[in-house]
Amino acid sequence: MWQFFHKLGSPKWFFGIANRFMPWLLAGGLILLVAGLVWGLAFAPKDYLQGNSYRIIFIHVPSAFLAQSIYIMMASAAVVTLVWRMKLADVFVKSVAPVGLMFTFLALFTGAVWGKPTWGTWWVWDARLTSMLILLFLYGGVIALDRSINDEKSAARAVAVLVLVGVVNIPIIKYSVNWWNTLHQPATFKLTEKPAMAMEMWVPLLLSVLGLYLLFGWLACLRMKTEILVRERRTRWVKDLVLAGRK
Amino acid sequence: MNANASIKVQSAQRSVGVTQAMVAVFLRDVRVAFRQKQDLLNPLLFFTMVVTLFPLGVSPEVAFLKQSGAGILWVAALLSVLLSLDHLFRHDFDDGTLEQLMLQPQPLFLLVLAKTLAHWMLTGLPLVLLTPVLGLMLHLDGNSVATLCLTLLIGTPVLSLIGSIGAALTLGLRSAGVLLSLLIIPLYIPVLIFGTGTVAAAAEGAQVSGYLALMGAFLVLALTLAPFASAAALRISLSNS
Repeated sequence: MWQFFHKLGSPKWFFGIANRFMPWLLAGGLILLVAGLVWGLAFAPKDYLQGNSYRIIFIHVPSAFLAQSIYIMMASAAVVTLVWRMKLADVFVKSVAPVGLMFTFLALFTGAVWGKPTWGTWWVWDARLTSMLILLFLYGGVIALDRSINDEKSAARAVAVLVLVGVVNIPIIKYSVNWWNTLHQPATFKLTEKPAMAMEMWVPLLLSVLGLYLLFGWLACLRMKTEILVRERRTRWVKDLVLAGRK
Repeated sequence: MNANASIKVQSAQRSVGVTQAMVAVFLRDVRVAFRQKQDLLNPLLFFTMVVTLFPLGVSPEVAFLKQSGAGILWVAALLSVLLSLDHLFRHDFDDGTLEQLMLQPQPLFLLVLAKTLAHWMLTGLPLVLLTPVLGLMLHLDGNSVATLCLTLLIGTPVLSLIGSIGAALTLGLRSAGVLLSLLIIPLYIPVLIFGTGTVAAAAEGAQVSGYLALMGAFLVLALTLAPFASAAALRISLSNS
């Protein structure tokens, strides 16, 4: 266990393991996502109230899910950065912050597109929407801070502090629909209760969520590999790797 | 003899208690601030000017001002605090005082807390005291002004405390001012929502004790956690330079 933990800190080791996992993540993610989307968009039954417009849920919910999970993952990695100074943790935070920003934007955008036919408006200042907007700002702040500190090590630690401070927003987003009476509907997935939606809609949704998670894993590996190559460009193993690739 | 004296000096230094050190830092910051009075005045002038923009820019009608006055004052106060945050550590960073503070045997987060409280007393508190005058100019009634002052009294220390984290993180960076706003405004939004929500509830005649309790909870949370984050951020920023 501890050996595994120590190895995890080595960029070179991660590079090898990422290379091994990435094809599986990509294949699994694509299969699940395509299956979920095709099932959801073409075969799942119409909603009795919203008609076909509800089908955007198959993109909206997975991206909103990812948007929040990525922040939680970043916060966990930030703790690791501050406590154990593990290089990979801060590579992770730096690499996935733009991905999180993208998913947050996608969730807000698809939400707006969905809101127009169902609520009759692109945007309302309700608790869930506002807290997602704050999440977007937080991602933006993290990226901005990272880019304005030149020294790699202090950038990593400063960003970790900021990510941890911003974590207060996550429970607010999560529970905003339960705490306040808002326009936004309650959570789609609950661990303890039977889903409120029909099984024919719920299963494809679950598939797309899982698929997007795997795809995110693939994307995170890819971005981390790039970042590692840039950071370790002076080391022997990277030089060997590049030279081997040139042949 | 000489050695004895130095031992005495050392023991005298060691006997400076944490509270004593905090009071010393607090008083020093107040004294330094009063020697540069313009810096004290600037946030207040800014506050007044931002508030002036709304009746002129949006609408001077009494109905509009009555409805939005509290929100305008809150936003203006938030922006003034934001503007003044750059001063919190900047001068001490430039002249090396901050490094000396860091070398003190007392825990850094308590000294940072003292500095932040001094900052609040010098910017947040004057804003609260100025609020009734501006509230009258925005045609707010007495009850709303009282509630507004109370929310600002609880809310501005939260703004200073959260802001100290951002000020510490952006210390010594280029374009620190804009970056500071980018990092801190998202964290200010909940305070703003509950601050103006309290006044809106009071205007409708509802009970506000629940809202005030929530704001008090914000204050306690910020008071206990923010100094730790600022102290950590200060260490990072200083190791950087």
